[in-house]
Amino acid sequence: MAKYVGQRIKRTEDPRLIKGLAHYVDDIRLPDTLHVAFVRSIYAHARISGIDATDALKAPGVVAVYTGKDIATAVGTVPCAAALPDLKVPEYRVLATGKALFVGHPIAAVVATDRYAAVDAAALISVDYEELPVVVDVEQAANGGDLVHESFGDNIAYKLTSGEGDIDAAMKSADKIVTQKMIHQRLAPIAMEPRGVLARYFPGEEELTLWSSTQIPHLMRTQVALMIGIAENKLRVITPEVGGGFGSKLNVYAEEALLGWISIQLGKPVKWIETRRENVQATIHGRAQVGTVEVGCKNDGTITGLRYNVFADLGAYHQLLTPAIPTLTGLMLSGAYRIPAIQMNVTGVFTNKMSTDAYRGAGRPEATYVVERAMDIVAAELKMDPVEVRRKNFPAASEFPFHTATGLDYDSGDYEGALAKALDISGYQNLRAEQERGRAAGKLIGIGMSSYVEICALGPSQAMPAGGWESATVRIEPTGKVTVMTGASPHGQGQETSFAQIAADELGVDLNDVTVIHGDTGIVQYGIGTFGSRATAVGGTAVLIAIQKLKEKAGKIAAHILQCETSGLCFEAGRYSRQDAAAAATGVSEPVVPVGEAPAGALPDPDTEGRKTLTIQEIALIAHIAKELPPDTEPGLSATYFFEPKNFTFPFGTHICVVEIDKETGETKFLRYVAVDDCGKVINPLLVDGQIHGGIVQSIGQALYEEVVYDEQGQLITGELMDYAIPRASQLPWFELDRTETPSPVNPLGVKGVGEAGTIGATPAIVNAIVDALSPYGVKHLDMPIRPENIWKILSQH
Amino acid sequence: MKQAISVNVNGVDHRHEVEPRLLLVHYLRDVLALTGTHVGCETSICGACTVLIDGQAVKSCTMFAVQADGANITTIEGLAANGNLHPMQEGFWEKHGLQCGYCTPGMIITATQIVDRNPSPSREEIRHGLEGNLCRCTGYQHIVEAVEYAAKKAAKA
Repeated sequence: MAKYVGQRIKRTEDPRLIKGLAHYVDDIRLPDTLHVAFVRSIYAHARISGIDATDALKAPGVVAVYTGKDIATAVGTVPCAAALPDLKVPEYRVLATGKALFVGHPIAAVVATDRYAAVDAAALISVDYEELPVVVDVEQAANGGDLVHESFGDNIAYKLTSGEGDIDAAMKSADKIVTQKMIHQRLAPIAMEPRGVLARYFPGEEELTLWSSTQIPHLMRTQVALMIGIAENKLRVITPEVGGGFGSKLNVYAEEALLGWISIQLGKPVKWIETRRENVQATIHGRAQVGTVEVGCKNDGTITGLRYNVFADLGAYHQLLTPAIPTLTGLMLSGAYRIPAIQMNVTGVFTNKMSTDAYRGAGRPEATYVVERAMDIVAAELKMDPVEVRRKNFPAASEFPFHTATGLDYDSGDYEGALAKALDISGYQNLRAEQERGRAAGKLIGIGMSSYVEICALGPSQAMPAGGWESATVRIEPTGKVTVMTGASPHGQGQETSFAQIAADELGVDLNDVTVIHGDTGIVQYGIGTFGSRATAVGGTAVLIAIQKLKEKAGKIAAHILQCETSGLCFEAGRYSRQDAAAAATGVSEPVVPVGEAPAGALPDPDTEGRKTLTIQEIALIAHIAKELPPDTEPGLSATYFFEPKNFTFPFGTHICVVEIDKETGETKFLRYVAVDDCGKVINPLLVDGQIHGGIVQSIGQALYEEVVYDEQGQLITGELMDYAIPRASQLPWFELDRTETPSPVNPLGVKGVGEAGTIGATPAIVNAIVDALSPYGVKHLDMPIRPENIWKILSQH
Repeated sequence: MKQAISVNVNGVDHRHEVEPRLLLVHYLRDVLALTGTHVGCETSICGACTVLIDGQAVKSCTMFAVQADGANITTIEGLAANGNLHPMQEGFWEKHGLQCGYCTPGMIITATQIVDRNPSPSREEIRHGLEGNLCRCTGYQHIVEAVEYAAKKAAKA
């Protein structure tokens, strides 16, 4: 049994965080740092006829003011990596030139000696606006509303049809067709640490360092280098501690390039820390789809086909992946079911709002919501139990890899297994009986479920805009310490611990001898980053295979010194032994030089004389001293591997939720929440539980509380955490978690990924429960967020 | 016009001349270089900036430094004594009560006050006590367990 993998190991990254000694961007303090504040558009659509910075430039401490005109084309446009047929791509300058297209659109940057002076001076800049007609509603924008980009002639960024099978025939063969319009409201990711950038340019070395709160340091380095015209290898991007991302930092933002450029202009460090108001205005939003689902079914519950016609609200511009997000919805419309024909018709639409992009789940929660709501609507229509409709349409565990009519091949799964476990834990039959008794007593109790599948471990490079692999370098230092460098860029997920678990087991060393380094392009080989629940499945696999490569070399050195063939070696607990020496290997390998015991020379002399066994940490020393290596062996002991996955992975599970509605207030109270998730092999159950908890709570946020609201003039009404309501501790149930474990065949670790499962699986379970509770009132569907007032209005009509 | 203030932070006396409008959180972070106290919303909603002022958990982003004149302040950096973690810090580590860690300092400070006021809080009481602190990563369940752990540990001591 593995010593570390699969164990509830507490995190190695925690001590610095719980002591308040960790460094987020704003905690890095460089001498002579200048501070940047932005002037942002107060209108959703306006011509900028003039900017007067005279007073600002005279204000105390002000060093410079930059406007769109000053920068013109000196800084390239904000990049969009999504490629779709006939996609309209507006020119997205880092500062608005001519027109502002959304509230929060940056117009000018003020640089001053401190934060307060910069904010004061920004208030002194006067911008002449001529207001222009605003389009906010996505359906209106798609159907001849006022134009966001005049030159395009309409607001349609793209139209796309996806799916396989004969959808018309499928609908014709159905006994019944159910149709439902559904709104996936706009959400704000709200990482607790807003974005922030610190840029430092050394004019002599011509080197620029950017500290940025990002999920993708390497991709950002490439893009920013191109935007500001600096050689990529003269730009170093460091992500220190990152205070949450949820997709919002999987992007390249105007401010990141602009800060780099300003530092080059001024030759001094410059810092910008986003305020929460800026964060809600000008960091990407998520979801924002308005669609209609049609499902054809037989009278026995068999689904014959599914069509989803949807308008995706893209906002005014494309950020990195904006137009691509709805395509992920199209991929996941088969859910956990065998559906012979599926079609999605998506229209990507410009509106005078901030861009939407990847927010935790990124297109998949929308698909799961559509499918799982539809299953309940079908069940209600056919007067079947929602469990039975789901069971009727599950592929069997023996049918994997399972091909869907969305063009995917699901790697492995046992949907019935997860469902059965969730039913068992929740005591489903009893719950239904309790519900009946409750109803008789006038209580509004609802039971909702969701059997979800998600697509993770993004992904094969063929399916990604720019590389879907991940990299790792593993090095054993002369003293025996193990350094793991990953191209993934964890920001709270805990891979400093889970990757160390993988490395320590595979090398047979102590966990404390392993250090995982990430998020510094000056140290770590090129990588893709952390998003799409990919870090462990793709990045962790890269670590594993890099170690296997390293061990190939270590084995050759061991065989040379132990005087045998490599085939005559065995490796156990960090120790190479000759098979014929029958060495009893116990425990784990120890470092060659214990901490605090410096040897007399530069390094201790490897003791190799007459040895029957050698630890891998001793071999690292031998490889660095390099006096006793086999002929033609490269000194040192490190290996790098770039892992390219052959497919995505498809985690799944069933969530069951029980709610009670307060008849007086319309408030939804959770009575039970059971989640059975299958994310393949689990490296650290503690971390997996944490991911599930957090994901479910973001789902609860979407189902009950959260919504980015713009009024008809495009003013952002929910611009602070006072108005944008994320869930609090007191609003939540106690989650009852369990798992099934179906390994993925896609990677040798067998892991699937778990970062988004909760956000994908939970939302429909909650809404299904609320609709179930209100079904005696004839309620068939409710749009999110389902606030007490929405429910109260329904109750008060009866 | 700058104003003189004296405060004791984590057992150390400080005297500074500060702008009357300087926020306490910026005083702690920028003047004293105690960057463990974070800013998450600037509107006293999220609680990332929570510190103890004369034993009371206070959101330092909506208080001026001059208002803290003469106060004893404890920040996250001052919680561990003689290199030993505070039971609450230990609880957060043991129970995986943090992921990205950004809300954690404020969360831990608030949690110490919950247990100070009520040595054996129920889960509901813990959740109620944490209402003024937002976490976007953990879903709070492990945080509740962390507070339970710390309360039990403190009761044994």
